[in-house]
Amino acid sequence: MSDTTTDRRGDTFGFIRRNIREYGILFALIVIMAFFQVVTGGILFRPVNLTNLFLQNSHIVIMAVGMLLVIVAGHIDLSVGSVAAFVGALSALMIVRLGLPIPVVVVLSLAAGAVIGGIQGYWIAYWKIPSFIVTLAGMLVFRGLTMWILQGQSIGPFPREFQMIASGFIPDLFGPDKPNTLSLILGWGAALAILWLQIRGRKREEAVGIVDEPFAFFAAKNALIFLALVWMTWVLANFRGLPNVFMVMAVLVALYAFVSERTTIGRRIYAIGGNAKAAKLSGINSERVVFLTFMNMGMLAALAGIVVSARLNSATPKAGVGFELDVIAAVFIGGASMAGGVGTVIGAVVGAFIMGVMNNGMSILGIGIDYQQVIKGLVLMAAVIFDVSNKSKS
Amino acid sequence: MDAILEMRGITKEFPGVKALDNVNMAVRRGEIRALVGENGAGKSTLMKVLSGVYPHGSYQGEILYDGRPVANRSIRDSEEQGIVIIHQELALVPQMSIAENIFLGNEIATRGIIDRRETNRRTAELLAQVGLRESPETKVGSLGMGKQQLIEIAKALSKKVDLLILDEPTSSLNENDSDALLRLLAGFRDRGMTAILISHKLNEISQVCDSITVLRDGATVAHHDGMVEESRIIRDMVGRSMSDRYPSRQPKVGEVVMQVRDWTVADPARDGRLLVKGAGFDLRRGEVLGIAGLMGAGRTELAMSLFGRSMGDWKSGSVTLHGKPADLSTVPRAIRAGLAYVTEDRKSLGLVLDDTIRRNIPLANLAGISTRGVVDRQREGAVARDYRQRINIRSPSVESRTMNLSGGNQQKVVLAKWLFAEPEILILDEPTRGIDVGAKYEIYTIIRDLAAAGKSIIVISSEMPELLGITDRILVMNEGRLVGEMPTAEATQERIMQVIIRSGHDLTDETVTPEEIEAEAAHV
Repeated sequence: MSDTTTDRRGDTFGFIRRNIREYGILFALIVIMAFFQVVTGGILFRPVNLTNLFLQNSHIVIMAVGMLLVIVAGHIDLSVGSVAAFVGALSALMIVRLGLPIPVVVVLSLAAGAVIGGIQGYWIAYWKIPSFIVTLAGMLVFRGLTMWILQGQSIGPFPREFQMIASGFIPDLFGPDKPNTLSLILGWGAALAILWLQIRGRKREEAVGIVDEPFAFFAAKNALIFLALVWMTWVLANFRGLPNVFMVMAVLVALYAFVSERTTIGRRIYAIGGNAKAAKLSGINSERVVFLTFMNMGMLAALAGIVVSARLNSATPKAGVGFELDVIAAVFIGGASMAGGVGTVIGAVVGAFIMGVMNNGMSILGIGIDYQQVIKGLVLMAAVIFDVSNKSKS
Repeated sequence: MDAILEMRGITKEFPGVKALDNVNMAVRRGEIRALVGENGAGKSTLMKVLSGVYPHGSYQGEILYDGRPVANRSIRDSEEQGIVIIHQELALVPQMSIAENIFLGNEIATRGIIDRRETNRRTAELLAQVGLRESPETKVGSLGMGKQQLIEIAKALSKKVDLLILDEPTSSLNENDSDALLRLLAGFRDRGMTAILISHKLNEISQVCDSITVLRDGATVAHHDGMVEESRIIRDMVGRSMSDRYPSRQPKVGEVVMQVRDWTVADPARDGRLLVKGAGFDLRRGEVLGIAGLMGAGRTELAMSLFGRSMGDWKSGSVTLHGKPADLSTVPRAIRAGLAYVTEDRKSLGLVLDDTIRRNIPLANLAGISTRGVVDRQREGAVARDYRQRINIRSPSVESRTMNLSGGNQQKVVLAKWLFAEPEILILDEPTRGIDVGAKYEIYTIIRDLAAAGKSIIVISSEMPELLGITDRILVMNEGRLVGEMPTAEATQERIMQVIIRSGHDLTDETVTPEEIEAEAAHV
């Protein structure tokens, strides 16, 4: 019997080839950041700009983690931009017109998003209507409903507390002097925690002999991530501290990375996207999992809607136009496969930051929106071509 | 002899399998030749070599057509020479009209613009030749199987066919349609056309064929000019010797574990057709029960419908486990009741090919490697390594992607997945299809050990020697019915074949009307 496999442990070259996508994306982000840092004359990493980078891209990251699950399950959600706008408008209505307390508004808005996602998920999961069609309809319906409830006008401004969701910074419990001590503790603590988890994980893998990654790679990758986090925290803490949305984002990314990699529901989503029939015959309730995936997406779109309207300090009929495309592009740049079953949360987040850094850097350089679109389109295409050629080679 | 076709020394290998081994076959001009053999004997492969599906160069040997050597690189090449094959699975587009289907890929057009009037006129002529009274504009999807088969033949005629190959043309036709088709073939022969007919139905063969070629294990084992006795053909088809290809075992068969009664399943794709008709059987503890039958007999349909109604529309029937009624209406329920179904189609129904061995094995029992919804990776790794070692999955590690494994090792991963779900009853559908002899032996050993451990096992197989070698009892299925049952000790391949063929004689494969299904369902 022939063992026709290309896997060979301890083979560095083979390892790079198998994992080129995951390292490639990180490497691409670094190269793009370095490029813009140089051509903008150092503006990119100035504290104020770094802070802005997070503020401006938070909604994309928030939705990308949900979209990653949708795409891994073998589906797509085109409605997220409209849903974000609709929920933003809804929350504006509740705050400005009805004067409801902000925590209540947030909970109701997230619930509204979950219901919207659930309705779309119902048709997709239980009626087997293609998600492209259901969410295309949703995109039109919720854009229309947004215009309708806003009557073509903007609602705003919001109370300061609500604006703080998107543009506030975490308070410093240890006094007002710089650097912001709490930010430092949280940022550096997270950096240490990640490093510790990685080392512990590797030790466990070593113990059972399933280590695949050469040590040099492991060390270099983790050193890089650790130093980047430590440095970034330092820069932000010396400016105004960690933004609130940064905290939301960090928690969501950690949570969804955990869900996708370490939980049974995560496993089921990958199995459904990888081979729906095999998953079904393995006793996985695919309908429910797909339904929940869309419900979750709706909730995250709602959260993004809250963040965006809080940042703009108004809900407008045009909010969220084209978000879906940015989010989907981020997920695909991050290495997810249109066919489903492949992709990582971290990849999607890195994809979102690649888009974000390019937007930001090109705006600093004063490149027109026309060229920006062209360049972003080409980057997306290049990432996918890279994937496809990589796959056909192996 | 005026041979239109001579195939000499044809050998075709697939990775790990020799599908054809030095096959010789000569066909006289103007005859209808029957090509018979068991499933997997190589009939379809031989015809694919002839028709260019497997291009020249991918096989050894030579083909002479009209006395000239041919080197067909594609179906188009062979069709240009007048060789046309009609596959068992019809290749018609249901949404398109008869005329559009007949001239698909071969449109009557000037500079890309289709001449609809000429197309319809020619179609009408062709339909007249095959005796089909339908408008050329009729959508193919609205016609029955018999008429669709005639359209395939009309399509072949449109290509100026000299040698027509039909692969089980009557397998989905009723008696009347079959007769009509066979008469049509005989008529074409009288006008000089040559045909090769692949069929399992020996009565049909005796009706129209002039000579018979028998294939077995990829080689020509017999050629008969004129008709011979059925028993002779059956012996030729199955006549291999049983050797020690199967691990020995002492069966310890216990009490009845599962009872299936009056299990009836309809075809959701075609109104009124039943996939399984009133099947009933018992399964005992520690027993290996075989289900024999030809392809399309309804064995997979029976198994998959039992396993959470995963195939077809369940109409009637009940299952009891240990004397109590069992609810098997969804896959999770069937798994909870102690069933496992190991699919015949491991690539599309069994594995997540992109994923590793480690991630595939626990898929049917994620609870077994997790606590409160969180996967314990240590436990998962341990489970995967344990099974890899225990059933000898050959791979560098459990981190290998299943797409990179050989067929036998993929099969073992699917088996491991179901063993980890700890079932009481395992249904194995063609567990050794497409895997090599060594891996087969290992799978048989696993089956033996499971039975010895008190599991009950159903093995569906198209390889009769395999059933004779590893089972305790054999059920024979044909056209959706269980038509025979025998202890393996008393079974022979000839007996099984006879049961199948006799049942084919008795049962008129009439199309069942919806009313009859209702009646059958109400009959419970």
